[in-house]
Amino acid sequence: MNDLRELYEEVILDHNRNPRNYPCRPERTNRSAHGFNPVCGDEFFVHLHVDEGIIRDIGFDGAGCAISTASASLMTEALKGRPAEDAQRLFSEVHALLTEERQIGGPGEFLGKLTVLTGVKEYPMRVKCATLAWHTMKAALHGNDQTVCTE
Amino acid sequence: MNAAADRPLQRGSNLFDVERVRAEFPILGQEVNGHPLVYLDNGATSQKPRRVIDAIRGYYESDNANVHRGLHALSERATNACEGARDTVRAFLNAADRREIVFVRGATEGLNLVAQSWARPRLGPGDEIVITTMEHHSNIVPWQLVCRQTGARLRVAPIHDSGALDMEAFAKLVNERTRIVAAAHVSNALGTINPVKEIVEAAHAAGAIAVLDGAQAAPHDTIDVRALDCDFYVLSSHKCYGPTGTGVLYGQATRLEEAEPYQGGGDMIRTVSFEESTWNDLPYKFEAGTPNIAGMIGLGAAVEFMTELGMDAIAAHERDVLEYATGALDALDGVRIVGTAREKAGILSFVVEGVHPHDVGTIADQHGVAIRAGHHCAMPLMRRYGVPALSRASLGLYNTRADIDALVGSLHKVKEIFDR
Repeated sequence: MNDLRELYEEVILDHNRNPRNYPCRPERTNRSAHGFNPVCGDEFFVHLHVDEGIIRDIGFDGAGCAISTASASLMTEALKGRPAEDAQRLFSEVHALLTEERQIGGPGEFLGKLTVLTGVKEYPMRVKCATLAWHTMKAALHGNDQTVCTE
Repeated sequence: MNAAADRPLQRGSNLFDVERVRAEFPILGQEVNGHPLVYLDNGATSQKPRRVIDAIRGYYESDNANVHRGLHALSERATNACEGARDTVRAFLNAADRREIVFVRGATEGLNLVAQSWARPRLGPGDEIVITTMEHHSNIVPWQLVCRQTGARLRVAPIHDSGALDMEAFAKLVNERTRIVAAAHVSNALGTINPVKEIVEAAHAAGAIAVLDGAQAAPHDTIDVRALDCDFYVLSSHKCYGPTGTGVLYGQATRLEEAEPYQGGGDMIRTVSFEESTWNDLPYKFEAGTPNIAGMIGLGAAVEFMTELGMDAIAAHERDVLEYATGALDALDGVRIVGTAREKAGILSFVVEGVHPHDVGTIADQHGVAIRAGHHCAMPLMRRYGVPALSRASLGLYNTRADIDALVGSLHKVKEIFDR
């Protein structure tokens, strides 16, 4: 049996209880996308204000499980004020963290607080929860108006 | 085989020896995540008793051949075995005639068959199909397709907050424009047992036909299609302790005669020429191609298993566990049961306040407890209750009060983790 406390880490529970930048659509939003996992029922809208290649503001709304909500909240915290090109790199790092065998160390520096998502790796069925907001964010940055799904 | 399984099972008695029944299910003996498996996802699919597995293996090991064609011994045996299963199912449903038992892939295909073969050729603009808010997608979407194809209109009868059908509103919806009333016998998400006899009478009084989705009813209680007087009734084998990929469409002979073939191919024809083909008799007119022979045989064995235990005994046992579970969940702070109709079968959907059903499902699974979390293929119903998803524990004949204790134990863990 896996230790559930590694999945439901303190930081994850905190971001689930009090999601940051939620429910929030920044006033100057110029990029938005919709993410929906129909089988789960997890559904988020991610809104960004991107200006001169910088994510000036970011927020999300919708509803989902603790893993998807915390991941979305942590994502908005991590991306606010960052260059949009960092978003793609961060997403790749998070994805690798969730799906690949590797030790936290070097890349963790870049990930910062997002390493709390490590525990999800032991629950392959939940990876789709943790990545929904990220895929939605990516769709928003690329101006993709198709609903995103990670199931 | 262990000693318990050697003794005959109870016949129609309320003395339901659940431990002896459990011994028939090889899968139940395992551990999951370090805990004994507690399987409470029977609404999704049920486990299979040894005799069903043996029947399928026996067919492949000894009798495998195509049916209704060969003159050789194996073909005769295979044909007898699957036609025997048809007789078993006929008796199980108390249908008048074996020609009224059509084997399909499952309840979903049965409903699609009725929609495309009976409804589509005779519906048009101005006609209406009445369903209910609690329907599974498989009893919504086939009718939406027919409406799109024919210009007919879909009407939806509302439910009360308890999950009981609003019969007053239902009665008002059924009128001279109604051609079909299609309703779940038992709701897969709420457990509500609908007053199907009344529903059928209302349909017939309006000159409409009645289609009942029995997917969640057939494993739990006696089904008597003649007493119900429904025009069509569908069920899925895999929810009745049989294999996947097989199901039954019961149709009154006159309705099946009226319907067009569903698929063309071998077995469903009498004669074929390039100018014109003619159809085989019932039920073969609807069974094009080589059927799921092993599936039919497995379903036959499953129905015999249930019949031997006695549907009344199964229903009484499950009612006892349901009552116990309802009390246990009601007693938990922050847990709310969704679906509290007076007439209910063994399905318990619930919300743990502040915790998403998927988190509940993961934590329960870590304690060996298998439940379902999601929209239960009933998105309109989730909207009706204003929830994105529900957790659902659904009972089978092998579940015990101890299984419910394990579920409750895992729900305590959920609260422990999320309240910290």
